[in-house]
Order: sequence, then structure tokens, then C-alpha cells
Amino acid sequence: MTEIAFFPQGVIDQVSGRALMLHGDDIDTDRIIPARFLKCVSFEALGNQVFEDDRLELGGSHPFDLPVYQGASILIVNGNFGCGSSREHAPQALMRWGIRALIGESFAEIFYGNCLALGIPCATGSADQIEALQESVAAEPSLSWSLNIQSQQFQSSIGSWDLQVDSGPREMLLSGRWDATSQLLEHDAALKSAMAALPYLNNFVASVP
Amino acid sequence: MWDLHQVAEMPGGSTQLFVGLHLIHEVTSPQAFSALQDKGLSVRCPELTVATVDHIVPTINQQNRPFADPLAEEMLSTLEQNCAKYGIALHGLGSGSQGIVHVIAPELGLTQPGMTVACGDSHTSTHGAFGSIAFGIGTSQVRDVLASQSLAMNKLKVRRIWVDGQLSCGVYAKDLILHVIRSLGVKAGVGYAYEFAGPAIDALSMEERMTLCNMAIEGGARCGYVNPDGVTFDYLQGRLHAPVADAWQQAVAWWSSLVSDENALFDDEVHFDAASIAPTVTWGITPAQGIAVDETVPTLDSLSLSERPIAEEAYRYMDLEPGSAIEGLPVDVCFIGSCTNGRLSDLKAAAAIAKGRHVAKGIKAFVVPGSEKVARAAEAEGLDDLFRAAGYEWREPGCSMCLAMNPDRLDGRQISASSSNRNFKGRQGSSSGRTLLMSPAMVAAAAIAGQVTDVRTLLVKDCLPGKSQ
Repeated sequence: MTEIAFFPQGVIDQVSGRALMLHGDDIDTDRIIPARFLKCVSFEALGNQVFEDDRLELGGSHPFDLPVYQGASILIVNGNFGCGSSREHAPQALMRWGIRALIGESFAEIFYGNCLALGIPCATGSADQIEALQESVAAEPSLSWSLNIQSQQFQSSIGSWDLQVDSGPREMLLSGRWDATSQLLEHDAALKSAMAALPYLNNFVASVP
Repeated sequence: MWDLHQVAEMPGGSTQLFVGLHLIHEVTSPQAFSALQDKGLSVRCPELTVATVDHIVPTINQQNRPFADPLAEEMLSTLEQNCAKYGIALHGLGSGSQGIVHVIAPELGLTQPGMTVACGDSHTSTHGAFGSIAFGIGTSQVRDVLASQSLAMNKLKVRRIWVDGQLSCGVYAKDLILHVIRSLGVKAGVGYAYEFAGPAIDALSMEERMTLCNMAIEGGARCGYVNPDGVTFDYLQGRLHAPVADAWQQAVAWWSSLVSDENALFDDEVHFDAASIAPTVTWGITPAQGIAVDETVPTLDSLSLSERPIAEEAYRYMDLEPGSAIEGLPVDVCFIGSCTNGRLSDLKAAAAIAKGRHVAKGIKAFVVPGSEKVARAAEAEGLDDLFRAAGYEWREPGCSMCLAMNPDRLDGRQISASSSNRNFKGRQGSSSGRTLLMSPAMVAAAAIAGQVTDVRTLLVKDCLPGKSQ
């Protein structure tokens, strides 16, 4: 596992670093972090356990084990990455291994939201773009890449790709307001109004409190 | 319904959505409570959060504390401490109301039409069966809901899944949803809620509708939804947390007003014919890799280019030959239970197959009721004795081998016939274990035969013309 001093914080306008790629559609969160590692009351140890079973199966040849990819921070995947269980342990494990941005054809919805809540952008590209990127990374793992959130460009010395970062998440990352808690708490008066208008909290409250 | 729960617009265009019912359990809540404490925050509406313990509990002698597994014990005691500290109701072991979170909230009448329901568990889609907006969230969002009783959420598009006709004898809601997912794929639902409607859906019981909505997430849809109707109201009336007397009348009036307009426009619509669906079994490593029990494992050339890589991975992992029959495939372990199929009607359907028969030699078969209430109701009908006599183990409630966070797990390359919801690699506790998803009746039949079996062959007497299940 790579040593990571800082987790994402504040404004996130760019993620730079080396990339690693992982092939395959529908890689579910059980594979990213098997359920037995969910027996924990903190996320701290998860970085070492990311893709544990897939890595054991491949006996050292899994991208997360290959020496050339150690220290990489941008993960390039295919379609529907992160499907299945809602476990935030999955992006937590990736983050604690060192991942700071993901690029793929598509992401499962809950996983995408969990990444955003940690300040990890998920950018999307076409199948052709992703294939080309994965080939480039495999051919030259030592390349430095940069994902610019504003321009949605992913670039290195060999070229530049136009990707998509959805407008909502983009705005949240660029403004540093991707951690929702404090914003939600700012609207407590509006929350009270909404609660006062809900029939099930007022007109016909349950028989037992 | 969405607008009624909207608190504010969030930066980036998402909605701050009020959460009417927040369900928590021991696996995805401890870090949320820690984060709350780190930020110096408290729980905004403890009376709207309800806790239970389900994922890590043993299903044998589960009230013996501390648990043999110290990590499991730590998780439960952390939940107990957090609930006590913040004044959150906990349906704990032996309380009479403990069970899988998606089983207990409906059976206690907590889940009601028109509510927003959130839980740190992807199968929260289950509660949409009542006409609520219900979805799974991650731990950061659990923290947000604890702190503010709301979360940031994007509005979903709606795909109506219209199902005509009626399910045949021996074909259940589980087969219907496996068929839908097989047809639409595992990612077609991303960005959508799946609204199930049509004559076949109207005819389903609440428990069957819960099975259907439970697995919407396996098709990529964060929410499942069924319009509330008389079936919904009949299910709710008299339950512990359901309104009574005048309040009940007011509730029914409001719930009835929520029903989607007959001519409502949907972002997408697909049609299925229930009568054409057969008992369905997954052969691969995603819930979309399913086939009718009398079909064969698809060959590579029958699949689209995009489906081929994962099919090849599935052939290898499952050790199945393309073109081979699924019927007759030997199994090792048979699991009846989970938030998908651990309710009383599921156990009854399995018991109807087990009755007067016996589990095949060498097969481990076990039944895990979805809740203490389900267990007591089943025992009152003698189902525990029936299962035991037939060679099935009768266990205590929990998530059990659906995700194998407790001692119930596959060993090595074992194959399970499972009434759960996910056949992912390693899902059932062995990194090389294999899972075949199917209905509880099909699991019961597999246990009897020791291999995948068409349950309809065991239901001949019950499937006479004119007799529906």
C-alpha cells in the first residue's frame, strides 16, 4: 500500500499523478472490498484489503499489485464500476490505497455518490476513449496524467482527452462544497417547514411514537 | 411526493431531501456516528431513525453474548452504545422485533406510502413496494441524515415496467425480477427508478412486491416503486406503527392521492408478459446472467459483444460449459432467507416443496427467517418442524449467507442454490464459492434433488389448470 499523507479536502480542481487501469465491466463493490472486511468500526485498515480476493486469485499480477502501478492515483475502469452493495468501504478502500480520481465508461449510482462525498471525482468517457486510455497507460505506466475538473480534460505528454464530469459534482468539487453536511445544516428553518407540511408527521402520526 | 420532501436546492443542482424514515444497522453506521462526534454534531431527529442488527449476527444461539467473533461483538456493542447515547430505538436480539432491516420496517408498519426512506444498504429499494421513495446510501450520507434528517439527492428518471398477464404456477416474484434483470441488464437502471405496474403487479401480495423492488438495485435502479393500493392498505392496517381510527382514514385518503396518473408520462417504458416467464436461475457472476431453468448456459456467439468478456469470466469462475444445461447441476448448499426472500410467504412456498420429502444426502440446507416475527409466525404454523423433518436446519434471523458476514458461509468451490440477491464472485463467504440465485421454492427443490430442479415438476398436483398459486 502506498503511503498517503492527505485525503481530499477543500477545492478540488485538478488531480494529477500516474494512472493504473483495471479491465472489466460490472466490477461490484463486493470485489472492491469483500464483506468480511466490513467487520470494522473504522475505515482505517481498508487500504490494504482493496480487491483482496481478486489479487489473491491473480497471485501478484493484479494491477493493484504490479510494481509499475504502485503510487498511481488515477484509476481507469470500464462500465458500471462499483455496482451492487452501497458500502462506502469500497471508495474508502480505494482512497486509502491511494486513488484520488476515477475515469470510466460508467459508474453505479451509489458508488458515484459515495466517491463524491469523499472528494473523489468520477469522470466518464466513451468506450473508445477508455480503451485508448487503458492502452496508453498499459504501454507507458510511468506517464504523468492530469485530470482538470473545470475543462474536463485528461492529459499527459502524449495527448489530451475530452471527458465528462457531470455539472453538479463539477460545481461541488470546484467550489470545495462536496462535503454536504454543513450545507444541509444551514437550511434548518426550511427543514422545519418541510416537516410541518408532511401529512405523515402531523395529520396522522403513527399509533406508537 | 418528491417536492413535498424538498427542503432546498443544493449547489450543483441536487435537492436537499427530507428523510421521513431512516433505518440503520451495525455495518454502515459506526463510522457515521464517529464522524458525527468528530464534527461535534448530534442526531437531528432520533425519533425518525430506527435501528436493528442483522448483517453480522450468528443464526445459531445468537443471544449468547459476547459473540464468538470479537469483531462482530464490537460492531453490535458499538451500535448499542450509539443508540443509547442518541436515544434511537433499537430492535435488538431477542426483543421480539429484531430482524433484517428490510423485513422489520415493513412488518412493524414503519414503512408507509408517501414517505422517503433511506438506509445505508442498497436493498432499501425494497420499501418502494409501499409507494415510498426509498433508496440506499453510503456511510457519509448516513452521517448527513443523522445530522440533518436530510441528504443531497438527484431526482431520478422513471422507467415504468409494465407486466401483463399472470405468473404461472411455480413461478414467483423472484423469477419475475430475475427475468426483468436478465432482459434489461445490470446497468440499464442507472439514473432511474423502476416503477412496476400492470395486471401482474396488481395481483402480487405486498411480500411479493417487496421481493420485486428489493432487486431493482440489481438492475442498476436505486429505487423500486409500486403504486399503493388496497393490497398495500390491507397489509398496513393494524400494524404497530400504522395510524388508527380517524388517522387511518386520513392516511388512506392521502396515500390514495399519491397514485401515478393512468396517463402519466414516463421517461421510459418496457413491457413484459408474466405468463411467458419460467422459473429462472442465474448461471454466472452477475444477477443479469440468468436463464429459464429449462434453458442452457448461453454460448458466446449468442451474446452481444459487450456481454462476452464477463460471460467468459463467468464460465471460468463457475466452471460451466457454454451450452450446458443448468437443470441437473449438482449443488452443495441450499440457503433460504435474506431481505429478498426471508418473509413468511417465502418460507411457506419453500415448505410446500419440502413437505413430506427429504433433503438429498450430502446437501447442507438451511432456512433463516427474515425476522423474529417471521420466525414466530412460521413456528406457529409448524414450519420449523416441517423443515427439520425434511432435513433442513431451522435457524435464527439475520442476513446470514446472503453476504456471509456471520459464520454461515460457503467453503472453497462449493455451489449454493440461494434465495438471496447477489451472485457476485466471493459473495457468500468463500473467495471461490459459487452462487445460483433462484426462488425459495426452487432452492427447496434443489435441496431435495441435490441438483438444480424445475420446481414445477414437484408441484404437479398444485398446478392443475385454473389453480394459481
